[in-house]
Amino acid sequence: MRLALDIITVVLVSAGGFFFMAGTIGLLRFPDTLTRLHALTKVDNLGLGLIVFGLLPQVESRLGALKLIVIWLLVQMSGAIVSQLIAQAVRRSGRQT
Amino acid sequence: MTITDFLLVAAAFVLLMVAIGLARILYGPADVDRILSVQLIGSGGVAVLLLLSVGMNLPPIMDVALMLGLLATFLAVTFLRDEANSSSISPSTTEER
Amino acid sequence: MTLVFACEVVLAGLLVAIATWTIVARTAFAAIVLFMVYGLLLAIVWVALSAVDVALTEAAIGGGVTSMLLMGAATRLRAPTTPVADVGLPLRIAAGLLCALVTVVLGAVVFFLPDVAPTLAPVAKDNLAASGLGNPVAAVLFVFRALDTLLEKVVLLLALVGVWSLASDEAWGGVPGLPVYARPGRILVFLAQILPPIGIIVGIYMFWAGASQPGGAFQGGTILAAVWLLTMMARLQDVPAINARWLRLLLVVGPTAFLAIGLAGFFIADSFLAYPPGIAKPLIIVVEATLTLSIGVTLALLVAGPPERLPQR
Repeated sequence: MRLALDIITVVLVSAGGFFFMAGTIGLLRFPDTLTRLHALTKVDNLGLGLIVFGLLPQVESRLGALKLIVIWLLVQMSGAIVSQLIAQAVRRSGRQT
Repeated sequence: MTITDFLLVAAAFVLLMVAIGLARILYGPADVDRILSVQLIGSGGVAVLLLLSVGMNLPPIMDVALMLGLLATFLAVTFLRDEANSSSISPSTTEER
Repeated sequence: MTLVFACEVVLAGLLVAIATWTIVARTAFAAIVLFMVYGLLLAIVWVALSAVDVALTEAAIGGGVTSMLLMGAATRLRAPTTPVADVGLPLRIAAGLLCALVTVVLGAVVFFLPDVAPTLAPVAKDNLAASGLGNPVAAVLFVFRALDTLLEKVVLLLALVGVWSLASDEAWGGVPGLPVYARPGRILVFLAQILPPIGIIVGIYMFWAGASQPGGAFQGGTILAAVWLLTMMARLQDVPAINARWLRLLLVVGPTAFLAIGLAGFFIADSFLAYPPGIAKPLIIVVEATLTLSIGVTLALLVAGPPERLPQR
């Protein structure tokens, strides 16, 4: 049982790390602010989600697992709203030039 | 390699990805690109801290991740303020105050 | 070279790189963003050193409040009303020499540290049970060195008075000139409506958890300050005038409660700031609760800045 949980953790956390790498590569290679924003938020949120789910089997207490989920949801929500705000700022400043 | 070592390596890897991403963002031509770094630190830093919390078996580190997630949001809003204010004036006005 | 050591070297190198970049950044905006990144990375360093209380405070103050303060300053400097004086070369050289001197002294101190650092930590840990608290940092702050903490909170208030004293004579008692959004969009308003309840819960949780695990009044207060600033920036609430009675009451309730309980120590316990055995923890919780409020209001007002105009009445 322990081994199965560890394997799940390794697979999910590795996938999360891979998405973080993909997000960083997108960040470095994409041509324009909006595309970089897209790569950053989508891929890093996915990376964080996979890491959170990978960590869930390793946490002993139920409160800890709950905290992990709450933190993930909070970062998701605020990340979504803030990326909308950033995109608005980009569009507004783009219209001026 | 135990699961703890794996989690610590994963934390270091995500941190490295965040570091590389930061380099690009802060180079970015417009001010808005720099604000992307707030998002990056937000989801990346939270991922690193959560991995460290489970890897070092110190649950209070999750509180630091919670604080980081919230603060990244506040800081993004604060940093966007000038962008929003400067692009909401019409080209005919010369002063902001 | 172990894995952990390699990671720590990378982290240290990253910190130095970001710090250097902050100094050579061309625009104030880039420097402030880099400074925020530096503060948040430093929090990760504290976590790697297992100093979670410090990490919480570093993320909150170093990464959060200071960056907001600097951003407000940068905003004010964008439309300067008085011509900015140019810094002459002798002053630059003097500043550089002073920084170099501080660096050399710090480096010498670090290199010549004794092998066994003189510390009172084991003594504090042995007496932790007597203090009634579970968090050794909270025990040091509120039981063993409570006088220092009380004076710190008073110093925080004095700093706020110092910031207020920058106001012009006509604006004294007026509304701080916190830069706000000129036309907050619907998305921002939504964020400013949904985040404060979450922030209040998290702030209260941080203060409450501080008794037995890392946290405390300062960290909780910072979150409260941040959500209040968010609602003010999104113009859901007006920035209050600094002579508002409720505002001044909230500012002093924390240090006053602390001082009152300290003085009561003369009568119900041995000396100033001594707690009677048994009810130490409830007293400390009361002090911390009021301090959380006061610190939150003080930090928010520090970021809001000196008053700039009288309230429209």
